[in-house]
Amino acid sequence: MSPGVHFLDQLEAEAIHILREAAVQLQPAAVLFSGGKDSITLVHLARKAFWPGPIPFPLLHIDTGHNFQEALDFRDALAARTGTELIVRRVQDTIDQGKVKEESGPYASRNVLQTVTLLDAIAELGLRAAIGGGRRDEEKARAKERVFSLRTDTGKWNPHDQRPELWHLYNGFLRSGEHARVFPLSNWTELDIWSYILREQIEVPSIYFSHRRRCIRRSDGTLLAWSPYVRPGEGDRVEELDARCRTVGDMTCTGMVESRASDVQEVVRETAATRLAERSSRADDKRSDTAMEDRKREGYF
Amino acid sequence: MELMRFTTAGSVDDGKSTLVGRLLYDSKSIFQDQLDAVERASRAMGGEGLNLALFTDGLRAEREQGITIDVAYRYFATPRRKFIIADTPGHLQFTRNMATGASTADLAILLVDVRHGVQEQTRRHAFVASLLRIPHLVLCVNKMDLVGWSQEAFLRVREQFEEFSERLEVSDVTYVPISALLGDNVVDPSSRMPWYNGRPVLQHLEEVHIASDRNRVDFRLPVQLVIDDVEGGTPWIAGTIASGGIRVGEEVCALPSGEVARVRSLSVGGRLVTEAQVPLSVSLQLDRDAGVSRGSVIARTGNRPECGTGIDATVCWMARERLQAGRELLLHQGAVRTRCTVERVRYRIDIDTLHRDDVVGVLELNDIGRVSLRASETLAFDSYRRNRTTGSFVLVDERTGETAGAGMIR
Repeated sequence: MSPGVHFLDQLEAEAIHILREAAVQLQPAAVLFSGGKDSITLVHLARKAFWPGPIPFPLLHIDTGHNFQEALDFRDALAARTGTELIVRRVQDTIDQGKVKEESGPYASRNVLQTVTLLDAIAELGLRAAIGGGRRDEEKARAKERVFSLRTDTGKWNPHDQRPELWHLYNGFLRSGEHARVFPLSNWTELDIWSYILREQIEVPSIYFSHRRRCIRRSDGTLLAWSPYVRPGEGDRVEELDARCRTVGDMTCTGMVESRASDVQEVVRETAATRLAERSSRADDKRSDTAMEDRKREGYF
Repeated sequence: MELMRFTTAGSVDDGKSTLVGRLLYDSKSIFQDQLDAVERASRAMGGEGLNLALFTDGLRAEREQGITIDVAYRYFATPRRKFIIADTPGHLQFTRNMATGASTADLAILLVDVRHGVQEQTRRHAFVASLLRIPHLVLCVNKMDLVGWSQEAFLRVREQFEEFSERLEVSDVTYVPISALLGDNVVDPSSRMPWYNGRPVLQHLEEVHIASDRNRVDFRLPVQLVIDDVEGGTPWIAGTIASGGIRVGEEVCALPSGEVARVRSLSVGGRLVTEAQVPLSVSLQLDRDAGVSRGSVIARTGNRPECGTGIDATVCWMARERLQAGRELLLHQGAVRTRCTVERVRYRIDIDTLHRDDVVGVLELNDIGRVSLRASETLAFDSYRRNRTTGSFVLVDERTGETAGAGMIR
C-alpha cells in the first residue's frame, strides 16, 4: 500500500497554495484579523507560505469596541511577534460619522454595523482582497461560497452568480471597484483547526479555555459573557460558571459554552464529542434561518 | 488519516440531497441544533418526517423553491477517513456546476431512480465524470423501497448503465441498491435486500483505494512565486507539487527555459526536509540561479512536460457568449496567466449520444467539444490523462473576468 498523506498536511498545503495565489494575483491585500483561532491559524499559515520572507499582507482588525480584552492583547502581541503591520478600523468612528445607527435594547449588537466599517476600510486602503478565516462548515450559506469570492463595487455578494472554480485554479480577475474575499480555510472544519493548533503548538487567547466567568444566560439558552456592553433582558439570569469561548468576536453576540476543557488537547476532545454546532452559541446567527446569507450579501465577513 | 473528496450528481428528484443528508445523519455528523432547525423547517414546509435535503440546501431561494442552485460543500469524518462532499445540482447550469464539483473529486456518486432507469441526465453526468477523469464511480440505484426491493429491477438498471459506460473511460464502477429515504445500504447494510452482497455506500467510501490514483511518478512543480533568501543565497522557489516527488541533491530543470540545476534545499513551510511529494506546498532552493519566475515549471531533466504554444484540448464552455475561432481569451494553466486565441473548434460532442458534430464550429453555453488554442507564451504542460493538474486550464473572458471555459489537454 502506498503511503497516504495526512489530511492536515493536505489542508495545510491547500491553504498555503491559496495564500500564495492571493499574494501574486490580488495585491494589495490584507488578512482580516479578529484575534480568534481561525485568523490566528491563518497568520501561522501565512508565515509558512512566505518563509523565509515576511508575510506580505498587513493584518486588518475591524474593532467593534466590544471585544474581549484578552483577544485585543493577544492581537497586539501577535502582530509585534510576527513583525506584521496591524491596521485597526473602529465601528465607533463609523457611528460617529453618522453612517450607521447603533442598535438599542438588551439584544443590541454592533455585529451588523461592522460591515460598513469593513467596506469603508477596504475602499480607503484600496484593497483588492480581504483574506478571511471563514470556513464552509460554519454555516450553510458559507458552504456555497467560492475560495476566491467576488464582491461587487458596492461590496455585495451574489450567491447565485458565482464564478465556476475548478481544480486549484483561482481566478483573481477584478473589474474596477470590485474586490475579492479569499478563504484559505474553506475546507477546514472546527475540529481540523483545533487538531492543527494542537499539532503545530499554536498559541491562542486564554478565553478559549475554561475559566471562571460571570455570564448572562438568555431566556433562549444562549450564554453570554457579562460585560458593560450586554444588558440582561427580561427572564435572563446572571450566573457564575466555568466556561470558555467557542468562537471569538463581538461580546454582544459571541456565546460562551460551559466547559472544563483547560488546554488544547481537552478542547480537541470536547470538539470531537460535542453535539452542538460551533455557531450555535452565536446570537447573530439566531436572528433568522438565513441570517448569515443576508449579512453576507451585504458584504459581511 | 486520509482525505477523500467526492461529488454527488443525479437528475432532479433522484434523491441526491437526501442521500447526502442520510450520510451525514447516519454517520452522526449532524449537530443536534442543526437537526432541530431542519425538523422545524421540514414541518414548516408541510412534509412528513425529516426532509433530509434541507441539510444541504442552504440558500434562501433553494429552500423556498426546493431545489439546489449551487455546489454545496459538506464535511464529515469517520474514524477511517475524512470526507469533503461537493454536492452539485442536477439541472441548472449543470455542466459548470458539475465540473466545479468534479474537478478535484476522487470519486463520483451518481444517483438513479430505479423506477426510471438510466436517464439522459445520468448519461451526461457519467460522461462529465469520465471526462474529468474521476477515478471511481458509484452508481446508487435509489428508491428500491418503491419497487419492493426487487433484485431484477436493480439488475435492469445496472445492465443499462453498463451498456452505456462501455463507451466511456471509467475504470472502476460500483453498483449499490439503496433507499436514501429509509437508509438501506447507505451507512448500514440493508436486511431487506439479502441478495446484495456488496458494501453499503459509506463503507465503500471508507475503503476504496485512492492513494495510488495520484501521479506519483512525474515530478512537476508549477512555480507560484519566488521569495528572496534572507541570507543572500539563491532565491526560494515556491509552489505546490502537482505530481511525483523530489529529493535534495536531484538534478532538475526549469521549463520552458530548460536551464538545469540541482536542488540544494527543500522546505515545507519553513521546516527543512530531504524529500517531498504531491500534494505538498513547498519551497526549494537551487544551487544556482536558473532564471525561474512565476509560471515556470520545475521537473526532472529526464522526465519533462511538453512545451509549446499549441494546445489541443477538450473544453467545457460555461459562458453565454458562444466560443468560436478567432476568439481571444485569457488562459490560466498551472501558475501561468497568458493570452490565447481560439484557432478552431474541431467538433462538439453530443453528450447524450457521444456523437461528434464537426459541422457547427462553435460551442454554446454548457457544450463540450474539442478545441485548438494558440497561447501567446510557451506553456509547459502534460496531457490531462496523465496529470490532472498540469493538464488542466481555465479560460477567462478578459472583458468580464468571468471563468468562461474549462479545458483538459489531450
